[in-house]
Amino acid sequence: MSDRSGFSLAPTRQLRRRKLINLFAEIVMLTAALAAIAVLVAVIVAVVQRGHGALTKDFFTKPPSTNFLTGASGGGIANSIAGTIVIVACATVIALPIGILVAVYTSEFAHGWVRRVLAFVLDVVNGIPSIVIGIFIFGIYVLSHQQSAFAAGLALSIIMLPLVARSTQEVLALVPTTLREASFAMGVSRWRTVVGLIIPASFGGILTGGTLAIARAAGETAPLLFTSSLTTNEVSWNPHVALQSIPLTIFQDLEAPDPALHEQAWGAALVLLTFVLVVSVLSKAWLARNRRKLSR
Amino acid sequence: MSTSAASAPRRFAFTPRRLRDRVGDGILHVVTAAAALSVLVVSGLIVYELVKDSKLTRDAFGFSFITSRAWDPVKGQFGALDFIYGTIYTSLWAVLIAGPAAIAIALFLTELAPRWTRTVIATLVDLLAAIPSVVIGLWGIFILGPVIQDHLGPFLSRWFGWTPFFKGTPQLEGYLAAVIVLAVMMLPITAAVARELFVTVPRDLKEGALALGATRWEMIRGVIIPQTRGGLVAAVMLGLGRAIGEAIAVTQVIGDTLGIHLSLFEHGDTLASRIAAQYQGASSNLQKSALVELALVLLVFSLITNILAQVIVRRFERQLGKS
Repeated sequence: MSDRSGFSLAPTRQLRRRKLINLFAEIVMLTAALAAIAVLVAVIVAVVQRGHGALTKDFFTKPPSTNFLTGASGGGIANSIAGTIVIVACATVIALPIGILVAVYTSEFAHGWVRRVLAFVLDVVNGIPSIVIGIFIFGIYVLSHQQSAFAAGLALSIIMLPLVARSTQEVLALVPTTLREASFAMGVSRWRTVVGLIIPASFGGILTGGTLAIARAAGETAPLLFTSSLTTNEVSWNPHVALQSIPLTIFQDLEAPDPALHEQAWGAALVLLTFVLVVSVLSKAWLARNRRKLSR
Repeated sequence: MSTSAASAPRRFAFTPRRLRDRVGDGILHVVTAAAALSVLVVSGLIVYELVKDSKLTRDAFGFSFITSRAWDPVKGQFGALDFIYGTIYTSLWAVLIAGPAAIAIALFLTELAPRWTRTVIATLVDLLAAIPSVVIGLWGIFILGPVIQDHLGPFLSRWFGWTPFFKGTPQLEGYLAAVIVLAVMMLPITAAVARELFVTVPRDLKEGALALGATRWEMIRGVIIPQTRGGLVAAVMLGLGRAIGEAIAVTQVIGDTLGIHLSLFEHGDTLASRIAAQYQGASSNLQKSALVELALVLLVFSLITNILAQVIVRRFERQLGKS
């Protein structure tokens, strides 16, 4: 057939060129994706490789030891672990309830432009650099009081709040309207519907959104610099004094020339990274499952 | 709600349950509204506090704070130009690298990757965003730094040494390390937003292009990109917002020195990084005020990028809703 009509299905030179360009583009896309994963793997491998040596029982249970005679330092990070727990707990206690309330307000009461403005402000607050929030708490609280774990918690709560509010909003929106309407049709008031039906139905989703926010807050360093950095090596659970934290330990260890402190930094990084990644993966998996369950 | 209750027969309005319901509804409304209001108040307070606490330097230096290159705590001279330059310069390079890469990743995830791998790869890219910045900075100093000094830097300087961007000798720290770290940090955000955009492109448009004989790349260039262009700009700007505000990872790798250079091998500093680096060193009130004013300048920068990005995203979503 090709002989008689002069029509051929064999690729012309132009088609070959187009296919070549296509192939090139696809390779670029593949490479970009692989590169991103490679960076993730490279960071994890480096942290595990250099950090796992530091992980002994003492690392978790003892505070840093500083020998002023020999100048040797190192030891555990028990004080940082305790501090991070206290700081993040403070932040969670503030941000979680307020975030959920904000989400309930937008989904139940706010209409039209109020809802839009609120969503907009939440997104903008989410974009404020964390170091600016640290400076803000420094100016409004630390200057008039003193550095403390509570002040650091305040700063972190501002970072967590938009995350909690937005994720809760998304989960609340997934609650089927029929459920809500059934409740109203039974003559149940709005607050009972919210407290007794909507929140319980989306509770899992709200909590996982909260844990994701916690994972994010636990790794923040910048807000702690001005709010809880003048610390001691003592293990303390008192939120009224400045407490050391894991991210801050890593940051400060790096500025020291001592290799023992660098090893401590890698160990602390391994602890932090493990916590953050495990929590993120688990909550994301849980959230996806919940979403499927709710939207079914 | 109150009107409907008022028009209802009176005897219902005063049963204990009815009363409880109305009070409960009222309390829920007030409490949630107060929480919502607190968000607005806090965001206003942030601006107010930064303006108030930087009064000392604003009075002392005025507008020259932004245009002056001096940062000398001993002499009490403070200017932000070097840091403003560093912030913009490193962020732009990061955007140049991470923007196209993120869009390529998003395209790969929506158009190319085998279906079963998509969630896995998307999750992995998202996890990149979960790594704490201090850990990325740690990696930047000890792993990335030597690679730049021994391999990447010499390579760039050999092939691109004739441009002003790769002059001099590569070092452990400097703009280049900061740019790479920032690119890594903005990549997952931009990729995630871009992916959401690409998913919204109507299937019939894509299949129409393919049916006309377009290759996959031609379909992407002719259909997907034009359809989502506005949103893509916003996606990149959201990433840019993150890059502008990153303090910790940058201060660990950029070298923390004054200077305005074109060469990526040089040391420099950014607004956020300078604030972070001086957290224990601020002794005089003037210096504290200068740090707060740096934060104010940084806030203005990040607000401009973020608000623009949000506005674009919202306009884009409305358009999608209409069509």
